[in-house]
Amino acid sequence: MGEERTMERLVVVGNGMAGMGCLEQILKYEPSFHVTVFGDETHVNYNRVLLSSVLAGEKADDEIVLNAREWYEKHGIDLRVGIRITDVDPVGRTVVGDDGSRTPYDKLLLATGSSAWFPPIEGLDLDGVFAFRTLDDTRELLRRSGPGVKAVVIGGGLLGLEAARGLQVQGCDVVVIHLGATLMERQLDPTGGDYLLEKLKALGVRVLLERKTAAILGNGSVRAVRFGDGSEIEADLVVVAAGIRPNVELGQRAGLQVNRGIVVNDHLETSSPDVFAVGECIEHKGTCYGLIAPLLEQGKVLAATITGRKGPTYSGTLQAAKLKIAGVDVFSAGDWSDAANHEPVRYEDRGIGVYKKVVVREGRLAGVILVGDTSDSHRYMDWMRADADISDQRRHLLFPPPSADAGHDVAQMADTATICGCVGVTKATIISAIHERGVNTLSQLKETTRACTGCGSCTKLCQDLLRAVAPEFEEEAKKVMCGCVPFSEDKLREILRSQRLRSVQEVLEIYGNGRGCEVCKPALSYMVDMLWCGDHEEDRSARYINDRVHANIQKDGSFSVIPRIRGGVTNPAELRRIADVAEKYDVKMVKITGSQRIDLLGVKKADLPLVWADLGMPSGQAYTKGVRMVKTCVGTEFCRFGTQDSTAAGIEMERRFEHLFTPHKVKMATVGCPRNCAEATVKDIGLIGQEGGWQVVVGGAAGKSVRKADLLTTVETTEQALEASQLFFQYYRENANYLERTYDFVERTGIEKIRKDTVYAPDPVRAALLDRFHKSKARSHDAWEEGVTPLHPTQFLPLEPVDKVLI
Amino acid sequence: MNERCWIWITAVENVPPREGRAVSVAGRELAIFNLGHRFVATDNRCPHKGGPLADGIVSGDSVVCPLHAWRINLIGGKVDRPGDVTECIETYPTFVDNGIIVVGLPAAQASKEAGAAA
Repeated sequence: MGEERTMERLVVVGNGMAGMGCLEQILKYEPSFHVTVFGDETHVNYNRVLLSSVLAGEKADDEIVLNAREWYEKHGIDLRVGIRITDVDPVGRTVVGDDGSRTPYDKLLLATGSSAWFPPIEGLDLDGVFAFRTLDDTRELLRRSGPGVKAVVIGGGLLGLEAARGLQVQGCDVVVIHLGATLMERQLDPTGGDYLLEKLKALGVRVLLERKTAAILGNGSVRAVRFGDGSEIEADLVVVAAGIRPNVELGQRAGLQVNRGIVVNDHLETSSPDVFAVGECIEHKGTCYGLIAPLLEQGKVLAATITGRKGPTYSGTLQAAKLKIAGVDVFSAGDWSDAANHEPVRYEDRGIGVYKKVVVREGRLAGVILVGDTSDSHRYMDWMRADADISDQRRHLLFPPPSADAGHDVAQMADTATICGCVGVTKATIISAIHERGVNTLSQLKETTRACTGCGSCTKLCQDLLRAVAPEFEEEAKKVMCGCVPFSEDKLREILRSQRLRSVQEVLEIYGNGRGCEVCKPALSYMVDMLWCGDHEEDRSARYINDRVHANIQKDGSFSVIPRIRGGVTNPAELRRIADVAEKYDVKMVKITGSQRIDLLGVKKADLPLVWADLGMPSGQAYTKGVRMVKTCVGTEFCRFGTQDSTAAGIEMERRFEHLFTPHKVKMATVGCPRNCAEATVKDIGLIGQEGGWQVVVGGAAGKSVRKADLLTTVETTEQALEASQLFFQYYRENANYLERTYDFVERTGIEKIRKDTVYAPDPVRAALLDRFHKSKARSHDAWEEGVTPLHPTQFLPLEPVDKVLI
Repeated sequence: MNERCWIWITAVENVPPREGRAVSVAGRELAIFNLGHRFVATDNRCPHKGGPLADGIVSGDSVVCPLHAWRINLIGGKVDRPGDVTECIETYPTFVDNGIIVVGLPAAQASKEAGAAA
């Protein structure tokens, strides 16, 4: 009881990055505060900078959490989410919540952040109009976006373009409306803005410059956006990202001095001794800050002030933004304007989309703009932070002097150099964390120093430093697919999707060594086909020979031919044709396969088109990583134990899946009863008939290892069973690594997660999976059609010498 | 001994970039590759188990045999992988004449078939 009374009550209004960043610093001093945190959102503190990554589908909600509930509990913080503080009584020293609660404080910390600024136009209240500020905004945008949705983003600044990019990745038709003459004019000069514009156009985002939005139209929900000149464009979704304004109302209620933001001095004190403020809601020396680094810097100073260690001062932050807009790296810092005493140095290469502008003022770096290549940004930041004399660096302003090895860059940096600009972590801090606290991985580094928990742009530097210094450095990045393109397959899919790369050679040239090899080329070929649902640039030179000539190469260089016999059901006419072909083309062996099909072995490459034509049957895809077959039993048609028509179901299943490609071969089976005659429980996908329905099982194997398939779901109708199979099939196509069989994929992913992401997924997710499945299916075709219309004149035929001369 | 028999093989467009094609000349099977910036000609037999190199995946200046993934440098014919192999494959000079790929075989070898082609 005695302790309770002596503990000061600190109330924090705002559960965002600035408030919690400051609170983390306060806790370091182990103060005797009883802390209460109010947040009007219902979430714990998350990384707002990464909302764009959530919208782009690169990160899940829970991946951007900065302080989990356990953190609040561990520090005895009373967290009250979903409550908006509406009033402050500075005399009674109490805050009032919108739930009617009154909470007394001894010290009050306002970290109320900022809100989207809405221009004064009609229609802002329509359904379908959003800001892009919170996780809830983002979730709702994600829910409503999708292929064909017309999205209009008002504002071509940083936030607007991030929203545009995310919506575009989700498949929306995106139009950005911008009042200014060039994009992102706060961070980029007109040339930089042009480079960005080019890139956005190439990605299919429309940008309308110098357009003033007059009204948002609709009846209940959004229908269109009208401009000042009376013209209109259609819209299903409108994101207003025209700017932000500090949330100062509580400051005003508390009687504080408020201009644009809540005015604070160098110690982050407001005009009232008990009230402090930090983050986007404050104004320091006439400036309001909206980026993450300044907020955390302020938090450190305020933590000292508020715990009675007044001393450190805040002198403003060099404003720098490093981000990826629509797949383009952009960096902007300092004053890059063309003022009279500024000496700009420029580099431009439109061919590769790289623009650099470095501005020197009196021998020092005043400002920088980088578009397309920001690898040098830390060098510029260090020069600007240190106000370094760079006279002797003039020859290396645009490109650093050539470095000898990969670790060179970090080795060259001074110990005092900042690695993580967001949290303000220096090289020395990281090195001491490695030595003294046994840090060996990036996640340990994040945990101990908080480095790399802001925008994430210092990831590479942190990793380089760990690699160079940590005795037992462990790379956490997922396994790199191949040395030719040093990225994990997850990362590659993300790159290909966001950069809209449709050809293997393009990927190799931009992200790889330009050559590729027998490992990465077929994998990338699969990836572009899958990602673009068949609408890719087919490059046969990147395919294995089997996929160039649609037959399986044998040890003597001849090929085997297996026609498709759906469900293993054939007829006398087909069998006769097969027999004739075998004789006519001198087939070495005719073999019944384990998959209820017939294999013709020893066919010459040049004969393949003739064999296919005579067979008159489609390709069985027995040579490729694709849909092999559906093995069936005779089911209710003939079997006295049958409970389902497994034969018809299997034939239909094969029709739906055939001609599609997969990370590895996919074998399926349907059985009419649990006796399992066609071995469905050891297939990639199996349907097991039972009285009144089907069990759908996945991930079975009877190859190198034997694995019993996991139950995906139990359904009543054949149609439902096929739909569940399609969901799993497409999910496997999109998420498995190349050459990963379903049984490895299911084990690695876990059947619970697979269920959650497929059969139990929300309607839009399932619809999107099926949509991509159908798109791919619609573009697929029988590969053996190339026998009639070859892709290349010498696809199947050997060359014939034309002439010769003896010299 | 240095005499060569030059054989006009085929139009350049018959060998697409980064692919190979087989051709029978003078009783032996050659592989002609289009490396993007030049054409090369080699024997179409992997020194390992005789695999058809023309059906392999081209990786830079090398080809990977489709049977067991031996990797053979097409400029010089040395086996890159596995590393402990010293065997080579024969390579032949090429040039392009009026859009036709021309390959030079040692005259002694080519003469066997000279009569038949003449």
